[in-house]
Amino acid sequence: MYHAISEYVPVLILLALAVGFGVVTLLVSFLVRPNDPYPDKLSPYECGIDPFTTGKLQIPVRFFVIVMLFLLFDVEAVFMYPWAAVYKKIGWYGFVEMFLFIVILLVGYIYAWAKGALEWE
Amino acid sequence: MTTVLPVPNLAAIGPEILVTVLACGLLLVDLFIPKDRKRAVGILALAGTVVTALFTMRYWNYSATTFSGMFVVDNFAVIFKEVFLFATAITILISLRYLEIEKVSLGEYYALMLFCTLGMMVMVSAADLVVIYIGLETMALSVYVLSGFMRFNVKSSEAALKYFLVGVFISGILLYGIALTYGVVGSTNLNAIAETIKLKGLKDNPVLMIAMFLLAAGFGLEIAMAPFHFWAPDVYEGSPTPVTAFISVAPKAAAFAALIRVFVVGIGLMAPHWQVLLWVIAALTMTIGNVTAALQSNVKRMLAYSSIAHAGYMLLGILAANTTGLAGVAFYFFAYAFMNMGAFGVIILLRREGIVGDEVDDFKGLAHTNPMAALLMVVFLLSLTGIPPTAGFIGKFLLFSAAIKAGFYWLVVIAVLNSVVSLFYYFRIAQAMYMGEAPDSSIPRPQGAPSLTVAIAIVGILTLFFGIYPHHLVELAKASVTTFIPFL
Amino acid sequence: MLTSICAVIGFPLLGATINGLFGWKIKRKAHWVAVPAIALSAIFALRLFSQVLAGHTFVGDLYPWLVIGKLHVPIGFQLDQLSVFMITTVTFVATWIHIYSIGYMDHEPPMGYARYFCYLNMFVTFMLVLCLANNYVLMFVGWEGVGLCSYLLIGYWYEKASAANAGMKAFVVNRIGDFGFMIGLFLIYKFVGSLQFNDVFAHAHEITPAMATIITLLLFTGATGKSAQIPLYVWLPDAMEGPTPVSSLIHAATMVTAGVYMVSRSHALFNLAPLSMEVVATVGAATAFFAATMALVNNDLKRVLAYSTVSQLGYMFIGVGVGVYAAGIFHLMTHAFFKGLMFLTAGSVMHALHGELDMQKMGGLLKKMPITAITFIVGATAIAGIPPLAGFWSKDEILAGAFVHGHKVIWFVGTFTAFLTAFYMFRLIFLTFFGEPRDEHIHEIAHESPPVMTIPLIVLAIGSALVGFAAILPHGGVAGFLNHVLASGHHVAEAAEEGGGVEHMLMIISVIAGFAGVGLAASMYLKGVPNPKTLGSTFKPIYTLLYHKYYVDELYFFLFVNPLVGGSRQVLWKFVDVVLIDGTVNGVAKVCGWIGSGLRYIQTGVIAHYAIGILGGAVILYWLRLLFG
Repeated sequence: MYHAISEYVPVLILLALAVGFGVVTLLVSFLVRPNDPYPDKLSPYECGIDPFTTGKLQIPVRFFVIVMLFLLFDVEAVFMYPWAAVYKKIGWYGFVEMFLFIVILLVGYIYAWAKGALEWE
Repeated sequence: MTTVLPVPNLAAIGPEILVTVLACGLLLVDLFIPKDRKRAVGILALAGTVVTALFTMRYWNYSATTFSGMFVVDNFAVIFKEVFLFATAITILISLRYLEIEKVSLGEYYALMLFCTLGMMVMVSAADLVVIYIGLETMALSVYVLSGFMRFNVKSSEAALKYFLVGVFISGILLYGIALTYGVVGSTNLNAIAETIKLKGLKDNPVLMIAMFLLAAGFGLEIAMAPFHFWAPDVYEGSPTPVTAFISVAPKAAAFAALIRVFVVGIGLMAPHWQVLLWVIAALTMTIGNVTAALQSNVKRMLAYSSIAHAGYMLLGILAANTTGLAGVAFYFFAYAFMNMGAFGVIILLRREGIVGDEVDDFKGLAHTNPMAALLMVVFLLSLTGIPPTAGFIGKFLLFSAAIKAGFYWLVVIAVLNSVVSLFYYFRIAQAMYMGEAPDSSIPRPQGAPSLTVAIAIVGILTLFFGIYPHHLVELAKASVTTFIPFL
Repeated sequence: MLTSICAVIGFPLLGATINGLFGWKIKRKAHWVAVPAIALSAIFALRLFSQVLAGHTFVGDLYPWLVIGKLHVPIGFQLDQLSVFMITTVTFVATWIHIYSIGYMDHEPPMGYARYFCYLNMFVTFMLVLCLANNYVLMFVGWEGVGLCSYLLIGYWYEKASAANAGMKAFVVNRIGDFGFMIGLFLIYKFVGSLQFNDVFAHAHEITPAMATIITLLLFTGATGKSAQIPLYVWLPDAMEGPTPVSSLIHAATMVTAGVYMVSRSHALFNLAPLSMEVVATVGAATAFFAATMALVNNDLKRVLAYSTVSQLGYMFIGVGVGVYAAGIFHLMTHAFFKGLMFLTAGSVMHALHGELDMQKMGGLLKKMPITAITFIVGATAIAGIPPLAGFWSKDEILAGAFVHGHKVIWFVGTFTAFLTAFYMFRLIFLTFFGEPRDEHIHEIAHESPPVMTIPLIVLAIGSALVGFAAILPHGGVAGFLNHVLASGHHVAEAAEEGGGVEHMLMIISVIAGFAGVGLAASMYLKGVPNPKTLGSTFKPIYTLLYHKYYVDELYFFLFVNPLVGGSRQVLWKFVDVVLIDGTVNGVAKVCGWIGSGLRYIQTGVIAHYAIGILGGAVILYWLRLLFG
């Protein structure tokens, strides 16, 4: 029983730290900050998008393109962390594998670039 | 720890690598081809597909398992890959002109088609539930975009959206089934699943039964078998016609192949359970498909329902769970690819400037305006109905006799009755072509582009050829299912 | 021999292919392809006949078609006394009908002309495949193929809506019969493990009697569709919408006999199922009788012949049903001659009268077109069972068989029907060819047909007169020849030996029945009413008696035929044609539209509804599974 739980102790500590950090930060800022509310500031997204409206709102499609591209390369980056961590163990095979992965994404990148997905205007 | 990952047998995934390179290459090549020459991308894609198909043939009797047992290359996988590649090639041929008429001649179309093919090829080679899922998603994502390819057509966009929403639903159900299986058995590898079920005597496990059910529903949605078929007619009708031709054959074949692998290899010991389930589904699918098809006046919609019905016939092959039945499914997909793509090809032939050409009335008088097309359409219709000497008859004969052999008499009675009923609606088209009044001469005569004509002629000849001389294909189909013999 | 068999099938196939692919170029010369093709086929068939006569039979495969486990279905042929008898008859009659068609289809547009000959050749190809197959599946190929060609040929004049619908109806009704055939076929596969004729018949005894009954009844269902028996005969009279040579070839001489052939071929199975035999004989007798009554009152030349065909097919089924298969097949052959002939003469009349078919408008055509009239009379005499013409021999064998095997009621019905047959046939003759012309205009335009049409008539008339003598050839005649295959002959022969005296009496009775029919027709339509206008008032009692007689016929028609035809019409025609085929145009379209608009109305919810439907279906299925499990 003890052994079973002991493996999760670091997780528990991390959890406590995370919750603690959030609580402490909010608490400190609540205590320290000046209180001056006005409507614009109270809206959930200060960039101006109203969250409570009909779904038929027109949003430039560029947002979506950018978001999707971000997501893709974001995932690529995330994927590279564990790869880097075990790089030594997986050796050249792992290197080639990651190289191919990046090449495939690169094709997409070139395509998106050439199609003008990276330009705002 | 200095364990080095085992390097997988890359030769085993040669065809997949080829298709990937081809698809990526097309995307890049497309950037340098001017807008009015996009046809060149299609021709390139076609050449690549043919090369891949020829290359894949070399994998016959190759027999390998790689990627830690997640990926297998056996004859079953090869034969289905050939079905996909054939369907892709024919679809490209019938698309070339159509896309120009619809003013959506874009290079991405062909790249997407190849990505879709890639997904299906992975799916049939997968020996692991997770890999099946990856293949399914690769395929599905491409198909969503393809079905909405006519961006400015409301129906097409609607089809894409509907397909997407249903597809998400499929993913959810399938994943749930995979998760439950993993929960009970502790593995997602099909062989390991079979092993564990046998060792631990899990074949009546209730949770596994629910998992089996969810897997059936997941694949069933993709196959469009009743009662999971609701989406199909809307999607088939709205999609660009070549895409409809494609998705009525290839993804269906992929899902069928995966279903066979999972049910026969993975949970083969649960056969008594899934046979009852598939019995009901098969009967429902055939009947609903045929009866509803009889009520349609839109040919694309009619063929959509008929394709549901055909899925029902093919379920007989899985149900029978014997060599003949499984070989019958493989054979039937070839036959179905020929006849169904041919029928859709003729619909595309009728698509002219200003005429959509997918209503039964549009077929009126085709026998006068284009007798050869009308004749070939009759061949396709005969084959779809299952009248000899066409490939469709051989396919039905294999499936039905397999089911009889396995003792499913009443289901065969239902199936035969259904194939009799199907004559009514298929021959409404024949009647319109031969007996309908020819349209006045002001309307342009339906005249196919060379590529389209070639495609229709090829599938027409094949439909007849494999009806008259099916022996070798049947032998190949039988050789393709030897993998499953230990599990039957 | 395989080469010869391939030649028999191959020539018409080649002809059909050439005319099909290059018809647009060949056009008017299409018969130069089609006629030699069929003639060569007939020559090879005759050669095979002589070989079989010399005792050589053949069973063999061309190539493996379908091999499924132990089931081996080849493209293979079986040439024995039965099949060679069939192909010789088919190719011989077909050749003359092809030649006749050259004259008959003279006025057709060039493209249609080539199409017509393409279909005709294709039809013969499939018919030969049907007859020569050595297994049930290949037989089924021919079976479906002739159905398809029949559909194409009935609907040949597709501009006419009635022709198009008749074609569709024939195809659909046939498919209903095919359903039975297919299921029967699968059951044979299940219980015998083979579909090769030889294997099936060798192992037939392994089937339980109950299963044999089910299988044979299913096969017979197929036969009722193809051979136009109750209750699936409805398509045949409508099929008269096709060109007349087609009616002659397909709906008299060849295709409709496929059911009889199939039952005879499967005699080993039928012998195991006495109940099925009983059903076959009874349905045959009922069809023979009802169809004959229908023919009594019809004034349409071709329809009388159509009903007569249905009736004669009934005779053939009586034959096979009571176990005298050889007699059934013999009648099939004689019928091919005389009915083929009569249809062609009807076509000749139509050709002369520009499509007129109403007998009431004809009369006195004997002088205008003597060859047509005389050949028709030969045919009618043959069908009426007047010795020594063909029909007498074959019909007598069937009726004697029925009597000897104890089916006394069926014998009586058959004999009475023979009387009716003679009556309506001679009524037709007297109305058409004798008496005074009833329509001057029609009489004016009447003329004898060109030699290309009359020569086939003469040939077939000679055939109709003489083929009957085949019955009394040495070695048991036709029956002896066919009984090499139709092995049940053993008890037939014995029975015939015993009933030698009875047989002569039966023969006399049926001859009397035939003559009585002719006599009655003559007195009514020839002597009884020499001049309707004056006699109508002077001999009012006789006139009313005749009228009353006619009225009885009508009553008959209303009491027995109408409900039957009407019933089938309600079910088959109304349901199949109107609901299913024209359905989208009418009522069903509304329902669909309503559903469609309903869905459109709740557009935002559609996908959600689909999802609910899918989930609901899944739950119900799961629940069902639990119930079963």
